[in-house]
Amino acid sequence: MTSDQKVLVIAEHFQGEIISSTSKAINCASQISSQVDLLVLSNDPNLSDHASRYDGINEVLVINDDLFENSIASIMAPVIAEIASSYDYVLAPSTTFGKDLTPRVSAVLDVSQITDIMEVIDSRTFKRPVYAGNAIETIEINQGQKVVATVRPASFKDVGDSNNASVKILDLPSVDIPNHTRFKGIQSEVKERPDLQVASVVISGGRGVGSAENFEILYQLADKLGASVGASRAAVDAGYVPNDMQVGQTGKIIAPDLYFAFGISGAIQHIAGIKDAGTIVAVNKDPDAPIFEIADIGIVADLFEFIPDFLSKLD
Amino acid sequence: MEKILVCIKRVIDYNVKIRIKPDESGVITDGVKMSINPFDEIALEEALRIKESGNANEVIIVSIGPDDTQQQLRTGLAMGADRAIHIEHPTPLEPIQVAKLLSRIVEQEQPELILMGKQAIDDDANQTGQMLAQIFSYPQATFASKITLTGNTLEVVREVDQGLEILDVDLPAIVTVDLRLNEPRYVKLPDIMKAKKKPLEVLDPVSLDVSLDPSIKVLNVSAPPPRQSGVMLEDASQLVSSLKEKGLLND
Repeated sequence: MTSDQKVLVIAEHFQGEIISSTSKAINCASQISSQVDLLVLSNDPNLSDHASRYDGINEVLVINDDLFENSIASIMAPVIAEIASSYDYVLAPSTTFGKDLTPRVSAVLDVSQITDIMEVIDSRTFKRPVYAGNAIETIEINQGQKVVATVRPASFKDVGDSNNASVKILDLPSVDIPNHTRFKGIQSEVKERPDLQVASVVISGGRGVGSAENFEILYQLADKLGASVGASRAAVDAGYVPNDMQVGQTGKIIAPDLYFAFGISGAIQHIAGIKDAGTIVAVNKDPDAPIFEIADIGIVADLFEFIPDFLSKLD
Repeated sequence: MEKILVCIKRVIDYNVKIRIKPDESGVITDGVKMSINPFDEIALEEALRIKESGNANEVIIVSIGPDDTQQQLRTGLAMGADRAIHIEHPTPLEPIQVAKLLSRIVEQEQPELILMGKQAIDDDANQTGQMLAQIFSYPQATFASKITLTGNTLEVVREVDQGLEILDVDLPAIVTVDLRLNEPRYVKLPDIMKAKKKPLEVLDPVSLDVSLDPSIKVLNVSAPPPRQSGVMLEDASQLVSSLKEKGLLND
């Protein structure tokens, strides 16, 4: 570890809370250096309290301004690039937030960027997935160059929250801030269950579930296990559930401790999203379903008979 | 608007199961089917629909890559693009370099709208569009699943982790597109014949005055660790016992 290197992590927040992917980016940052600061750009002064508890954080930098209410990349990037001038690394979670934002920061700083760090080999050498995780690249970034990167949340554990880092309120730097982008709203499902990307147990349904109504049985099981509910792309395309529940290459890449696949055949694009799960349990009527090739536990059964039986055994 | 610029990348076809070279220096591309990056194809389809609805006069496609990249540009012309620009470069470039090369084309052509895929399915970088937007301080809308043009403003629905976000951006703007935006058309044989006569300009990147010195070195490309093969169980009772044994269910 090179301790004189300074790392700036960009916090992601939504509706008054810092999102867990931030914690995973801090974990990655701590593997690069012990000098890690967290930058919170928001219009919510309450966020800094949560931010200062993350283990591994040296200092929390805060700019409170209504400009940052909705995380617009073209507004945030020039501000972050200005603050980054005294840092060697800028890291953000590899979520839609981080992917939208960091390339603009890289362009202001005129440097190359690394997407999806999944492993830190040393302070200049990293592993990252390419071809939807079907190959892993080991890359080395030139000495002396500022590193801007996103961190793949599924590859890092959360850090603890027993810290009490100092909080420094910064003034908005004097940079040009564009007004060409306007937030109009967000349609978000009301979340009654844990977020897919942080849940330790995830229950997913595929086309085999058959209808939106039939997903109810998966929700029942999820509530019993404190799990989140996901779906294959086939189930999303069939209109059973909204797209933000999609797990896979074109949806969310997740790594729960326990993953249940009900009525999911196991297309390559779905497998790409669950490769890092701890234990994969697959239940499918079709004994030849490809999902059984990668499952840790396979059961050939009709999910509508299996789940009620499973539920009763959990009582 | 006058012009839409669509940026496309030549990649291994998404139906091909990739194979890693025995010396782990990269992925085997010799004799492998290549295609337009599927997200870029969706971007092109959207540009063509905007033109066909009378809201744009010209659709230009641009690609950076080896000489074979002209196959994908011809496919784009057959889909309906009016002309193509090929920046010929034999080896892969970093997204910041790609964005800078593309910025020269944007300076020349002055398109009001620039479209491309949210990412290429080979390096999965998801950077070029946002970098290009920042170079001109243009607005961007990434992960677009719906685009509505009203006057000089685009309303874009974005597929973000928390749901569907709606942004208004003023033109000129860059939009990177997601899977759900549209379904690209199939190319018909007469269009392939017609495409052969459409203009395709070849540029040498040296003439564009962009530094192409790499700052990231790929040391090795390897296969991900395989999952251990699992067990088949009979029923729910066996599953409960097995999960308890693994400490995944509480007694």
